[in-house]
Amino acid sequence: MSNAVAIADARANRTGHQIYAGRSRAIIERSLIALRSSTWVPIATGFVEPVLYLLAFGYGMGELIGNVTLGDKTIDYTVFIAPGLLATSAMNGAIYDSTWNVFFKLNESKLYQGMLATPLGPLDVALGEIIWALFRGLSYAIAFLAIAAPLGLVPSFSAVLAIPAAVFIAFGFASFGMAITSYFKTYQQMGMINIVVLPLFLFSGSLYPISVYPDWLEFLIQLMPSWHGIELVRNVWFGDLDSGTLLHISYFVVMIICGLYLTTRRLRDLFMR
Amino acid sequence: MNSGISVTKIRSFGAIYVAEARISAMLKWKSVIAIVAIGNPLFYLIAIGIGVGVLVNENSGTSGTGGVEYITFIAPALLASAAITAALDEAMFPVMEGFKWRKLFYAMNSTPITGPQIALGVFIAALARVAFTVICYWAVLIAFGVMSVEQSWDVIPVTIFAAGAFAAIIIGITAKVKNDDYFMTVLNRLIIMPMFLFSGTFFPLDSMPIYLQPIGWISPLWHSTELGRYFSYGYPLSATMLTVHFAFLLALLIGGFALANKTFTIRLTK
Amino acid sequence: MSEPLISARGLTKRYGDFTAVDAIDFDVAKGESFGLLGPNGAGKSTTMRIIAATSQRTSGTITILGRDPEEHGPQIRAHLGVVPQQDNLDTELTVTENLFIYGRYFGLSKKFIRTKIEELLEFAQLEEKRDVKVDALSGGMKRRLTIARALVSEPDILMLDEPTTGLDPQARHILWDRLFRLKELGVTLVITTHFMDEAEQLCDRLVVMDKGKIMAEGSPLELIKAYSTKEVLEVRFGSDRNKEIAPTLRAMCSRIEELPDRILMYVEDGEALLEEILNKKLHPTTSLVRRSSLEDVFLRLTGRTLIE
Repeated sequence: MSNAVAIADARANRTGHQIYAGRSRAIIERSLIALRSSTWVPIATGFVEPVLYLLAFGYGMGELIGNVTLGDKTIDYTVFIAPGLLATSAMNGAIYDSTWNVFFKLNESKLYQGMLATPLGPLDVALGEIIWALFRGLSYAIAFLAIAAPLGLVPSFSAVLAIPAAVFIAFGFASFGMAITSYFKTYQQMGMINIVVLPLFLFSGSLYPISVYPDWLEFLIQLMPSWHGIELVRNVWFGDLDSGTLLHISYFVVMIICGLYLTTRRLRDLFMR
Repeated sequence: MNSGISVTKIRSFGAIYVAEARISAMLKWKSVIAIVAIGNPLFYLIAIGIGVGVLVNENSGTSGTGGVEYITFIAPALLASAAITAALDEAMFPVMEGFKWRKLFYAMNSTPITGPQIALGVFIAALARVAFTVICYWAVLIAFGVMSVEQSWDVIPVTIFAAGAFAAIIIGITAKVKNDDYFMTVLNRLIIMPMFLFSGTFFPLDSMPIYLQPIGWISPLWHSTELGRYFSYGYPLSATMLTVHFAFLLALLIGGFALANKTFTIRLTK
Repeated sequence: MSEPLISARGLTKRYGDFTAVDAIDFDVAKGESFGLLGPNGAGKSTTMRIIAATSQRTSGTITILGRDPEEHGPQIRAHLGVVPQQDNLDTELTVTENLFIYGRYFGLSKKFIRTKIEELLEFAQLEEKRDVKVDALSGGMKRRLTIARALVSEPDILMLDEPTTGLDPQARHILWDRLFRLKELGVTLVITTHFMDEAEQLCDRLVVMDKGKIMAEGSPLELIKAYSTKEVLEVRFGSDRNKEIAPTLRAMCSRIEELPDRILMYVEDGEALLEEILNKKLHPTTSLVRRSSLEDVFLRLTGRTLIE
């Protein structure tokens, strides 16, 4: 009997052994190897984006806008946008990883098909891919904080919590994004993603408080995941933890669970039906 | 044997045939293109124009934007940037596809169509897409009352011209790319993104520290934006600067074509 | 015959109204090289996917190593090496990295895989390409790498879906040679193909499939004996005259097949028949006497040629 059989047999009676082999780390290992040989450039250049935004909007827009009133305090515009940009880059990265990257691996390179021909299950693949995206998000968040702190943009010590918060919201976006991508078949459908994502970010309150809008628009914005993500990071950034923070967290917990459930089911339907 | 093929006809209209092929390929994307063309201005105007505009107005009124409303100030810039994004799409992807992904250009080149004609055909098709995008964008701006028809119609040809110059240089550069592993990511993140942010799009370029301003000076987007402001609301530009902007874009157009013609010919005959 | 490795009874797969696999029965014995022969769309790949526990049957039963894939998918997949119709190598990785990570998907230890890689590189004749990204490999090399990858877990059954489609003749022969060696080592092979010569070369036993059903079963030789004659005479009279001469030819032997470009005549002695035709002053533009092949079996069974 080969090793492979012994390893698979050892799990035969566990619940969920059909969808989960307990080896998402093999998928992460695969990403690490790929990082070494080919994917390091796109990953490394990903650091640049939020920093450029910070420079452009901080220096340029700061001149025009000056200060922003947030609740009962008045803060410098650059300080205002910093947490928003951190959250935005975490969400953007997660969306990119879970849409275009996943689309390519599903339809072009048929990578998941190859993985699922082994004893691995769909949940191993989904978790492995998502956790990898989170590693990326984590390193971006740390780098961003390392740049923002010396620039004096970090007002409170609790801003350290922005790192786990960024990873957490990236989890929500990555799991949901992967689920949605698994339904797409053509590049044209993928092209729609960009235009759907655009308002998600423009209206999320990253660049200005959404109180500038009429109530109904404000209400619509408050339904969007991007708003909850940005608010969550902003809460910890300024140390304003309250019941709202709890709401944002719950929002993402639901999003993560739904996303993982849908992704696992779809991968099963696509490759194992 | 007469199969109706006329070599002389192909010689003179080759570029048109290539453009036709490109446009029919583009039409597979028509719903995406249309939604982007309308959605993009709508979202940006409501979010940045109005949202950020409120903050700007509360703080510095119109003093930072040369006496005009913030939305008026950014409208030509958003228009220029949408045009350039469309140009990038229709210049970069077809050339990658033609030389590398599906090798379509080699098939075209096995007919009497020449390399420069293929490059010109791709350019014409890109220009068509740009024109469509610009006209849609402009119509939305008019509908929002951000610009007036009489005062701003000449923004259309100027913006198309600038985006065309950008398309030409991108066609030339992309044709040189052999290994596409990182090309698009690097181009997007390290060139397009900084160009978008540091070209005086959202705030006057001279409000940036001087060491960041050169990014704007070499950016086609900045030149296009300055011209757009001049033609849409009478932003003050000296005759010298007007000439500089046009000359820069023209040089880009000519340089782009020179590079494209040379690279296409070399790559197709190798 | 001992307990079969794979055993299917009334195996059926439907996609909506379309029946891809229609109540088929077959057994595969240990160490056997078993072929599924048929044109595109015959249901071969679907059958393969059901065996590989990556597609669920609609009805009927199937056991692989005595287990039901619906209950024990991961355990069954641990016994299999799968070579899909289209290579799905990891294009972001090199040759050795592909082999390495695939072993990791099975949970194998790094030490075990490292030793195994050397053996597989030699087997696939890819030693010199070990650090090359897979994009830079030729079609034949990619195919060999995909097969080597499927062997990393030392599978009991190797599943090959159209292993040589799209390869040039030289690359095909190299690949066949490699598969022979596996057979000699006692690996059970399950192969789908629409190439007759491939089935004749590689399969001990095969089933001919068409429209989801099994039309016939046996060794290549048995099938030829049962469904064809010893020899075939192929004659061409030019596309206009074929039709007009066919009735005359039909009277001269037990069975003929009229194809668009030529006429096939089934006989025991082809040369003798050709002599007879020439004596009748019917002068074919070209003629060829050959031995019967699985192509003729398929034509007999379905009235259609295999490659259309």
